[in-house]
Amino acid sequence: MTVTERQQLSYIAAQAADARVNLEIETEGMTLNIGPQHPATHGTLRIVAKLDGEQVVAAEPVMGYMHRGYEKLAEVRTYPQVTTLINRIDWLGSFANEVPFILAAERLMEVEAPPRAQWIRTILFELSRIANITLFLGDMAVQVGAITPVFFAFRDREHVLNQIEAATGGRFHPNFDRIGGLKDDLPAGWVAETRGAMRKIRAFCDEIEELVEGNEIFQARTRGIGVIPPGVGLSYGLTGANIRASGVDWDVRRDSPCGLVHDQVDWKVWTHPDGDSFARFWVRLQETREATKIVDQLLDGIPSGPIMAKVPVIIKVPAGEAYVETENPLGVMGYYVVSKGDLNPFRVKIRSASFSNVSITPWLLRGVYVPDIITILGSLYFILGDIDR
Amino acid sequence: MIGVLSELSYWQVTSIRVVAGLVAVLLVAGTLVYAHLFKMVSFMQSRLGPMEAGPYGSLQLMAEIGKFLQKEDIVPRRADRFVFKAAPFVVLTSTFLLLVVLPGGPDAWFISNDLGIYLAMAVSSVSVIGILMAGWGSASKYSLLGGLRATGQLIAYELPLLLAVVGVVIQAETMNLQEIVLAQANGEIFGSGVIGNPFIITQFVGFLIFMIAMQAELTQTPFDMPVAESELVTGYMTEYSGLRFLLFFIGEFATAGVFSAIAAVLFLGGWYVPGLDPADNLLNVLGPLVLFGKVVLLTFLVFWVRFTFPRFREDQLQRLAWKFLVPLALANIVVTGVLKVVV
Amino acid sequence: MGLVPGLVKGLVVTGSTVVRTVFPKRGVRTLVPAPTKGAATVQYPHVKEAPPTRARGVIALHEGNCTACMLCARECPDWCIYIEGHKEKAPPRRAGGKPRQVNILDRFDIDYALCMFCGICVDVCPFEALFWSPEYEFSEPRIADLLHDMSRLSEWMETVPEFEDYESGSVAKQLKVPPT
Repeated sequence: MTVTERQQLSYIAAQAADARVNLEIETEGMTLNIGPQHPATHGTLRIVAKLDGEQVVAAEPVMGYMHRGYEKLAEVRTYPQVTTLINRIDWLGSFANEVPFILAAERLMEVEAPPRAQWIRTILFELSRIANITLFLGDMAVQVGAITPVFFAFRDREHVLNQIEAATGGRFHPNFDRIGGLKDDLPAGWVAETRGAMRKIRAFCDEIEELVEGNEIFQARTRGIGVIPPGVGLSYGLTGANIRASGVDWDVRRDSPCGLVHDQVDWKVWTHPDGDSFARFWVRLQETREATKIVDQLLDGIPSGPIMAKVPVIIKVPAGEAYVETENPLGVMGYYVVSKGDLNPFRVKIRSASFSNVSITPWLLRGVYVPDIITILGSLYFILGDIDR
Repeated sequence: MIGVLSELSYWQVTSIRVVAGLVAVLLVAGTLVYAHLFKMVSFMQSRLGPMEAGPYGSLQLMAEIGKFLQKEDIVPRRADRFVFKAAPFVVLTSTFLLLVVLPGGPDAWFISNDLGIYLAMAVSSVSVIGILMAGWGSASKYSLLGGLRATGQLIAYELPLLLAVVGVVIQAETMNLQEIVLAQANGEIFGSGVIGNPFIITQFVGFLIFMIAMQAELTQTPFDMPVAESELVTGYMTEYSGLRFLLFFIGEFATAGVFSAIAAVLFLGGWYVPGLDPADNLLNVLGPLVLFGKVVLLTFLVFWVRFTFPRFREDQLQRLAWKFLVPLALANIVVTGVLKVVV
Repeated sequence: MGLVPGLVKGLVVTGSTVVRTVFPKRGVRTLVPAPTKGAATVQYPHVKEAPPTRARGVIALHEGNCTACMLCARECPDWCIYIEGHKEKAPPRRAGGKPRQVNILDRFDIDYALCMFCGICVDVCPFEALFWSPEYEFSEPRIADLLHDMSRLSEWMETVPEFEDYESGSVAKQLKVPPT
């Protein structure tokens, strides 16, 4: 039986069970507001769930509690100032937010960063992916009730954050990317230290594999829960590990690289055929390992040379439009930048991954139990800042 | 102890017993909180835990109590006030009642009842009422869900808990906890009486079932759906604050201690120290300490599991209880009974 | 399920973390518990971790270099820098020369309650007057007290570390911190 058929069957069964229960005992439904302040929504997402007993009849995510208006703010900031704002969209992998915007601006200005800058950019891009997904691996365990893994995640994520801080100066908000290159070169000894950090992250992945992934209770809680068939996932605009866990072999890093040097190294896109919560966890775990391998290979071959292209001091972007998307930790993130030749962008449209990833929840949460809401939300992995912007 | 106590008047004996009971519950609970919740778990997560209050943070619990006492005792507006306020005390009562039948030495016990373990199993269900009261009285949807989950879970796991004990009762031929200890102390295993006959060896399956059911009775992970933080905030405790929350908190650890003590008495030989005469007066002093050591060991297992595993879902938990633990416990009883008759 | 159930493997992972934390490797593994060394955390007010040289802790001001050109105040994304200055005639450098015009700084405040620590002001400063210091302990009980003035910003100048060397393969120019 394929995933789709299984999903359809379980959905029909859930609907039938609902109808039967409602007819037989005439239970009155209950509306449960999960959030906006709830430990599992890590932030201010609100899920309005209509329950029948512990089963969800309908669920609706309510977004916008943390709307900060970055698209509008970007219109009254100069290009260098925008990077410092968009750092805060996905605050766990913040360097990755800067990259697509800078690449879009570079495309409009028709400059290209020198090779050394591109390599360092890619390294930091992958480091922020590791910093982001490491926390997911621990957080997913918290969503299903294990407390310890998240402490391991925070402990080992620290090594990556230390490297990001040593290079950029900022742990969470690097603001290191500039149009035409990078702000600064790497400090001495950084390459060797990063290699050590990558070793620690691989050890952490092994630990998580034994502590969480191999755990029978964890598998019982996640396998077959929240199955997303590839067709449905694509029609809802799911990207990143969420759609790869449904068996769609699509990664922007490999399929349409722009400005980053992922095509220079040898790596693999992981997919999983099941499309359930466990598959999403598994794919992210493999992706973290793969990212450490990418970083290791990139560290070997950083070319020497300048880190800034020739760019005027006062940046005026010529009129035009550009859309650039990259494979961010949470999925595909894209910036559509419209310039009218001013110091400020005329309009910036941000396509963030979490918004699409969460929009599938009304479809996905129908017929599941209350604990599964949390498992599914955890496995979809959203950052509130990335949803609301 | 009887010899000493018989010369005292009734009120003196009663006050000694009350003090002993309070010490046995609160001191043990405090030690467990410090040793397991504050320290062991911190080490498990590569951190140090509280370090500031007292040497190595040993007075942290005092500081916490002081903090909780200062907090406002909030009662939700639509709560059932009396039920809401009484609930934590009902839960704590069950803990104290459990303690009554526990023997701490050859003469150190509160009551020596021939139905000891039966009484213990009966009063342990009182806490369900307290939890249901808390869940219902809070007028909160999360609390209600937590309370209902707790009730379903505790009722389901009462059965394997009881059935696991039956094996021990058959082997010891008594329900009196004191005599169960003596049966282990005087027993022989494989023809050697050096370490007595702790029932953990002959009743290992019963021990495992008892520990799993105990984990569920204490609502510790992987059976902590009633308080599941990531789903129900803290379940039936969501609306509690200040002193009443503290009572729930202390009650949780005190019950863990008392249940572990029952497990130690049933399966690990209780207060008995191999090599000493079970009637030795020294054991009246040494016995409680030995029992306490075994309690710490067993609660270590409980909290080790608690902080390592994820939690089950409600239906999976019921399936585990009814489809696996209950049949296994019944089979254990049958095998024990057959062996008892044959051997 | 493999030969060893995952539940047992999980217990081994947490159990071995306890052993690693309580008995950390110090050359040889000893039986003297030393959790303070084994834990990944540090006891903050007693032990302090040194942030990296580039850490963006606080902005220090080299008062003598500042010409009140207002570039930093203009480029700041949330406009948290307040500068006031005036021009003065200074005596000529050589005897007989024309009197010079110098810019005197009257006020240079940074409102750290607003500051986003992006570093744009440090980047755009053309006269090397602003520097990042890894100093991070400047919290205040009142939010209004986070507006730090010129003298406080200049004090931090002493904590500014020298710029690090670059990784091999770099052709970037090594910068120097001016002596205070």
